[in-house]
Amino acid sequence: MTADAHAVVAATWRLESARIVAGLLRMVRDVALAEDLAQEAFAAALEQWPTSGVPDNPRGWLMTVAKRRAVDHFRRLERLRSKQEELYWSLGPGQSQIPDFEGLVDHIEDDVLRLMFISCHPALSREAQVALTLRLLGGLTTEEIARSFLVKPATVGQRISRAKRVLAEVGVPLDLPTGEERKARLSAVMEVVYLVFNEGYTATSGDDWLRPALCDEARRLARMLVSLAPEEPEAHGLQALLDLQASRLPARLGDDGEPVLLADQDRRRWDHRLVRRGLEALDRADRLAARGTPIGPFVLQAEIAACHARSPSVERTDWPRIAQLYDGLVHVMPSPVVEVNRAVAHGMAFGPEAGLVVLDKVDTDSVKTYHLLPSVRGDLLARLGRTEEAREQFRLAASLTRNQREKRLLLARASSG
Amino acid sequence: MRFMIMVKMREDAGAPPPALIDAMGQQMAELFQSGVMVDAGGLCESSASTEVRVHDGELSVTDGPFTEAKELVGGYSIVEVHSREEAVELGRRVMHLHKTYWPGWEGAAEVRQIAGSDEGPSSA
Repeated sequence: MTADAHAVVAATWRLESARIVAGLLRMVRDVALAEDLAQEAFAAALEQWPTSGVPDNPRGWLMTVAKRRAVDHFRRLERLRSKQEELYWSLGPGQSQIPDFEGLVDHIEDDVLRLMFISCHPALSREAQVALTLRLLGGLTTEEIARSFLVKPATVGQRISRAKRVLAEVGVPLDLPTGEERKARLSAVMEVVYLVFNEGYTATSGDDWLRPALCDEARRLARMLVSLAPEEPEAHGLQALLDLQASRLPARLGDDGEPVLLADQDRRRWDHRLVRRGLEALDRADRLAARGTPIGPFVLQAEIAACHARSPSVERTDWPRIAQLYDGLVHVMPSPVVEVNRAVAHGMAFGPEAGLVVLDKVDTDSVKTYHLLPSVRGDLLARLGRTEEAREQFRLAASLTRNQREKRLLLARASSG
Repeated sequence: MRFMIMVKMREDAGAPPPALIDAMGQQMAELFQSGVMVDAGGLCESSASTEVRVHDGELSVTDGPFTEAKELVGGYSIVEVHSREEAVELGRRVMHLHKTYWPGWEGAAEVRQIAGSDEGPSSA
């Protein structure tokens, strides 16, 4: 029974901690305090559930305990303050600062969305946003976050405590932002979720079982976001993008453990269940967009992923459509990396000359060390029969990549015809 | 990890009380919101069901109801969680609702992992 109760408490933490912390945050308006109270409640559960049994309503039980601790906390503060007031009578009589915990009604959706916004607050560094989101919304421990990102637990711990101090200064507004600010805050959350996903997606080391779990965590956060902001096409776009990219995971590693590029993947190994889910999410985004809600980078990237997902092979891919989508993407998300991908798409759709035209406009100074730029240029030149120039580009690309397998591949191309 | 939670019950138990349906709806909505629930559905009575069977190398098609079966799957949900314990906890919750809102009801929630759902790209 004891082991069972412990397992139930651990499972309940993963299932409920985000809602409990979110609810407490609305009441106490302090991230660190809200998390401490939630943890105290779970510690009480660890003590009591093994003997008393698991309560019928675990979250209700935890919330009640946490609220009681919160009241204790504010009473302590109040006593402290009245003592200080005796000493410094000039401060005048303080008013009761204990929030009305019983009078507050539950608004779980708003609470969780507020917690998401706080975790991805613009005053925080991107790294802190990621760590805080995984900790407060994913229910991951500091150790789990550290292992996922290949950093020391102490580093993550510092990031989180520093983030909480920053948030204590900026404060926790009770009202959710509206209009343009809501949009901006939503996109910050989406960027964090996408970053978490990519951290898991680009991990290629085989001994790292936790990192694929990051993809799942990101997809769960994306589903959460969709249910909290169902009117936002970009949220559906993010879900679609993650599902479509995750559908390729089974085909992304070869038998030797090396990454397999999209063009070389065995498409039968894609997870077609996820392809379908991704396409459905994209349909929902498109329907919202058709009603006039503007789309952004996530819907566009999902549309591109969908072109690949729908196509039985590289040759039969709708490259003109992909080129057009990249034209749109570069407007809403200008970046040299997007430009290089856009050049590839134009090269596939309209021939190597067209690809070079796009590539020539890329701001090369900002991506001097980006090996894909000369690699793509070399590919386009080779297709035009400009062999010598192509070889030079492949040599340059080989000198820039840190991936040994890729380096060998590029050097081979540099010395071939 | 993905799990299927199947609620199994005798078909002659009758229609579920409205209070149970409300409580299940509330629980389901919360689980969809937290991203845990991937899919869920209730199944129609076995009178609306048809069984296609292979026996002795022959195919046969039989229409329901299948009253001889003791317990039938009446509903399912597919959840994505971090551990078996979380899935079992969700199974416990759905049974708790049945216990609370449907006095005298007997049945089970079978919590079964979906194959391959804990494999990352490294093992795929």
